[in-house]
Amino acid sequence: MKNFTYYRPKTAEQAVALLDDKWGTTELLAGGTDLLDLQKEYIAQPDKVIALRDVGINQLRLDGVDKKPDDFILGAGMTLAEIAAHGGLKEAFPALTTAAGDIGGPQIRNMGTLGGNLCQRNRCWYFRDEHTPCLLKGGDKCFAIDGENRYHAIFTQGHKCVIVNPSTLAPVLIALRATAEVLGPKGKRKLKLADFFHAPSSASEREHVLKPNELVLTVTIPYPKLKNASYEVRHKQSYDWPLVQAAVAFQYADNKATDVRIVLGHVAPTPHVADAAAKALEGKEVTEATASAAGEAAAQGAMPLSQNAYKVKLVSVAVKRALLTAAGRKKYWEV
Amino acid sequence: MSDTQGRTPLEAALSRRDFLRTTGAAAAATAALAETPAAFAEAAPANLSVKGMGPQPIKLTLDVNDASVTTAVEPRVTLLDALRNYLDVTGCKRVCDRGTCGACTVMVDGKPIYSCTMLAVEAEGKKIKTAESLIDGGKLDAVPAAFVKYDAQQCGFCTPGFVVAMRAAFDKNPRATPAEIEEALSGNICRCGTYQQMRDAIAELCNKQKKGG
Ligand SMILES: Cc1cc2nc3c(=O)[nH]c(=O)nc-3n(C[C@@H](O)[C@@H](O)[C@H](O)COP(=O)(O)OP(=O)(O)OC[C@H]3O[C@@H](n4cnc5c(N)ncnc54)[C@H](O)[C@@H]3O)c2cc1C
Ligand code: SF4
Ligand code: FES
Ligand code: FES
Repeated sequence: MKNFTYYRPKTAEQAVALLDDKWGTTELLAGGTDLLDLQKEYIAQPDKVIALRDVGINQLRLDGVDKKPDDFILGAGMTLAEIAAHGGLKEAFPALTTAAGDIGGPQIRNMGTLGGNLCQRNRCWYFRDEHTPCLLKGGDKCFAIDGENRYHAIFTQGHKCVIVNPSTLAPVLIALRATAEVLGPKGKRKLKLADFFHAPSSASEREHVLKPNELVLTVTIPYPKLKNASYEVRHKQSYDWPLVQAAVAFQYADNKATDVRIVLGHVAPTPHVADAAAKALEGKEVTEATASAAGEAAAQGAMPLSQNAYKVKLVSVAVKRALLTAAGRKKYWEV
Repeated sequence: MSDTQGRTPLEAALSRRDFLRTTGAAAAATAALAETPAAFAEAAPANLSVKGMGPQPIKLTLDVNDASVTTAVEPRVTLLDALRNYLDVTGCKRVCDRGTCGACTVMVDGKPIYSCTMLAVEAEGKKIKTAESLIDGGKLDAVPAAFVKYDAQQCGFCTPGFVVAMRAAFDKNPRATPAEIEEALSGNICRCGTYQQMRDAIAELCNKQKKGG
């Protein structure tokens, strides 16, 4: 790991003031579960590391009794373990608490934070190898496209870099219509999670749209009582990232799903909003048949690479199971 | 090999202290190095009141197993390497150094974490507990004692991580079920595959707890 100067600001404003306006020289440190790995591999080589441990963004607030009684405001410094274990969140957003509770293992969840989860770098093994000069490290070639790509994107249209966005919380937060509050040198701004992510294709871009000198303060989830669930297909119960994830949220009254949102994780360079699948379900009762049809629709348009066509089928399965879970139907796969 | 493991030039000098002590000047120089708040070497930019620490070794006081210990490490040194290589607390093991095996598990403020994935300086002001803490006046804690009884180790390299993770799980919920303890151990790997013996140890520990033992 390249050595650096360590800063421990007391406020978010101080932290922002320490950040450079270009990527590479400064880095925020939350739980460190991603950053330290990147530094050990010399993928990240910041001169300054700015610790967030004392800036006071690790609270959960249930906003105001008056204007917006139903917003859940999560501090970006909340750990994954805190999110997974929170009773109020469990009740309102089982999609979020199951997704958080499935990340890594207990130690990772005790360290890793919400903000770090959203801003973590991708897991492409070429990207993570110091000596492979791919597009995201200033080179002129993507090594995955005709290389080892079984965990890469299947929605590849128009993408020069075929990573999958690594965040498991991202699809859930998009499905739940969450908003991030971000602090930069000129003050705060609000950003829908649906607009937060970005497909990078060069060393000067990241997997999200934040500027190098911005930091996430909070994530707000509105609570319009949506049915919601997240389902992951994974190799192992712990340690691994999901192969495919589906996060779903919808209103459910009189056995009709409306306002349907279906977002896929780990299939594209950004969380993939499956509009066709949402449309397929809109206005219908959630049954094995309709959930299955939505699952088929979700996989439409996939253009897998040489080694990952298997993920196309997994998309259909994950969407179907997430929908049935959210609607409280029998989990036929759990016998 | 990651260079967080290696001793920094200053640390090398410190560990050669006995040798250097033969010359008074060198001894004085070493002592001075350890005592200057080298931490605050870099001046903070004018618009800020935040001072940087490092990149030179920073003097660090850590609370390890209820003792206050002091050392000097560069900011890049992980808690694991600080414990093992600077403080001679070697219970926590370095296996993957990437947060994927659990051998380095220690408790920080009661919670199990990977010490290979936390900077030593981040642990300042927090209570660190390693496997070495699982003994009380010569009496082995119930968790490692059950490991001994059921022979729940082969090479033993993963064991300090497992016992710390398991102790943390019982501390959090003394009435935890075997399934809950197994879940709490899902961030630890045993390459020798002693899981069955660990299950036996867990079964006994959960039984004891149920009886209020
Ligand atoms: C074995 C293992 C398994 C894992 N499995 C999963 C998984 O299944 N799903 C998943 O989603 N993740 C997984 N992870 C990734 C894990 O690192 C993240 O989930 C974790 O949430 C990152 O949070 P952190 O606080 O540790 O981030 P850090 O490492 O501290 O930071 C990561 C990045 O985010 C930036 N950052 C941190 N906080 C902020 C902020 N408030 N504002 C702006 N930028 C910020 C940092 O500068 C850095 O670039 C896994 C990791 C490991 C090691
Ligand atoms: S997928 Fe992206 S990160 Fe991986 S090799 Fe291609 S350009 Fe690099
Ligand atoms: S050495 Fe820390 S998790 Fe493997
Ligand atoms: S006893 Fe050898 S790794 Fe567990």
